[in-house]
Amino acid sequence: MKKKRPRASWGDRILRSASGLTAVLVVGIMIWLGWEMFVSSRQSLHQFGWAFLGGRVWDPVHRIFGALPFIYGTLVTSIVALVIAGPIGLGVAIFLSEMAPATVRSVVGFLVELLAAIPSVVLGLWGIFVLAPFLGKVVEPWLGRRLGFIPLFHGAPVGVDLLNGGLILAIMILPTIASISREVMTAVPTVQREAALALGATKWEMIRIGVLAYAKSGIIGSVILGLGRALGETMAVTMVIGNMPNISPSLFSTAYSMAAVIANEFTEATYGLYLSALMEVGLILFAITLLLNIFARLLVWSVARGPKGGHLV
Amino acid sequence: MGNLSVRNLEAWYGAQKALLGITAEIPEKQVTAIIGPSGCGKSTFIRCLNRMHDTLPGAKVSGDILLDGKSIYDQHPVFLRKTVGMVFQKPNPFPSMSIYENVVAGLRLNGERRKAKLRAAAEKSLRMAALWDEVHDRLNYSGVSLSGGQQQRLCIARALAVEPSVLLMDEPASALDPIATQRIEELVTALKKTYTIVIVTHNMQQAARIADFTAFFLNGELVEFGPTSEIFTKPKDKRTEDYITGRFG
Repeated sequence: MKKKRPRASWGDRILRSASGLTAVLVVGIMIWLGWEMFVSSRQSLHQFGWAFLGGRVWDPVHRIFGALPFIYGTLVTSIVALVIAGPIGLGVAIFLSEMAPATVRSVVGFLVELLAAIPSVVLGLWGIFVLAPFLGKVVEPWLGRRLGFIPLFHGAPVGVDLLNGGLILAIMILPTIASISREVMTAVPTVQREAALALGATKWEMIRIGVLAYAKSGIIGSVILGLGRALGETMAVTMVIGNMPNISPSLFSTAYSMAAVIANEFTEATYGLYLSALMEVGLILFAITLLLNIFARLLVWSVARGPKGGHLV
Repeated sequence: MGNLSVRNLEAWYGAQKALLGITAEIPEKQVTAIIGPSGCGKSTFIRCLNRMHDTLPGAKVSGDILLDGKSIYDQHPVFLRKTVGMVFQKPNPFPSMSIYENVVAGLRLNGERRKAKLRAAAEKSLRMAALWDEVHDRLNYSGVSLSGGQQQRLCIARALAVEPSVLLMDEPASALDPIATQRIEELVTALKKTYTIVIVTHNMQQAARIADFTAFFLNGELVEFGPTSEIFTKPKDKRTEDYITGRFG
């Protein structure tokens, strides 16, 4: 005689298929997206080949397209953002998790997270009307006078440039880095801090060997998440970067980013090759983000492994 | 070296008073056990001896503790803790460091950079902690790759490497199995030749086995303090007798 299945197992089956379906859906959308972009950019791929990656000219009138200025703009603004927001975010996290009294901790922690809630178009407006004049009239002339011998700070200050884009991005990714780093530092067991203190560590030494060393994979993770956000950010960057496909070593130069050119030009793409070239820019952005995430995973993995036979959380 | 003299020590967590005026003489190069039921203040007491209690927010201390005649409150806690080492209830090696790096972590904090010195100190401390034979060929392995008992001995080696004169142990064997516990107890007995040892334990048999002196704490008060044999065979206080005969706790 066949045994009757207990009713509960139906629930489990439904749960398993439903959750499995959602997982497949996410992966499916990912692949579909990549495939569609590949197909749509075929004309451009065929026409320019690998030269598209290294092409410096973007001239829709003469049907010549190259993506290098956009790749350059995206990478440089993101790196500027990381260089600025990384140390500051880490500093905020250390202050909040190790130094601040409980009340300050919750108030400042909340305000930092509030920073993430500002819509990027509002930040962009602020970047145009407040940051740009300030950079163009005060910061950049000063930097040019003091450090003008470095190509990075060479040229006429305008305020609408790579530096502005990088700064706006830094503001946008700061909350990500600060709040996630703070979370992982707060999660470090107290016994780790006490182990360091009991050996005669000062406060800073305790933070270094008891907290940062323990939390480093999480901290790297927070920086990578911030970088991911910076690479894809469109609105705020396009408002302050100048939207000119230039490649200049100077941060005072106008530039363009991948996300910005797609957003700005897809309505003007009047013929197939133009649209296809834009699609290929999207494909490159997609690939860069993907590669970066893989690289980040490897980095976290190798750092987290630590000494032989060990494991970090 | 390593004689501790506690004078009317009181300690608070915020408004809550955890120690009600403790006075005791902890003799050098002896094992002193602190026993008592949960919440009696025994951990608080031992954490006052290296000023670890002070690091908690809202914590407060009054009274005085003299180490070899000098108040521990007259020096910065960072320096005090190099003289008064501590081993915790749960083994807490630094997971990002190898076995070797764990042992020399304290010396590196002191600014010691010479390889030969660090190597020698690591071997000496690991030998004292009776761990050398088990780990000498895998010093570059992670500290957390060891078993729980080995990790605890690693933490003892780490504390010994800075050459303290007092070693505080806060229930060092409570998270370990009986065999690992026995090894820690043997180690404590061997170490008292060199160090003053104060050990908190909830295990009365353990106190009876390893301690020269025993202090019985109850509700933040030091009820009785004396040679272990006397505490366990002819306690002067009724409450001590009740506790060691298992009537409560």
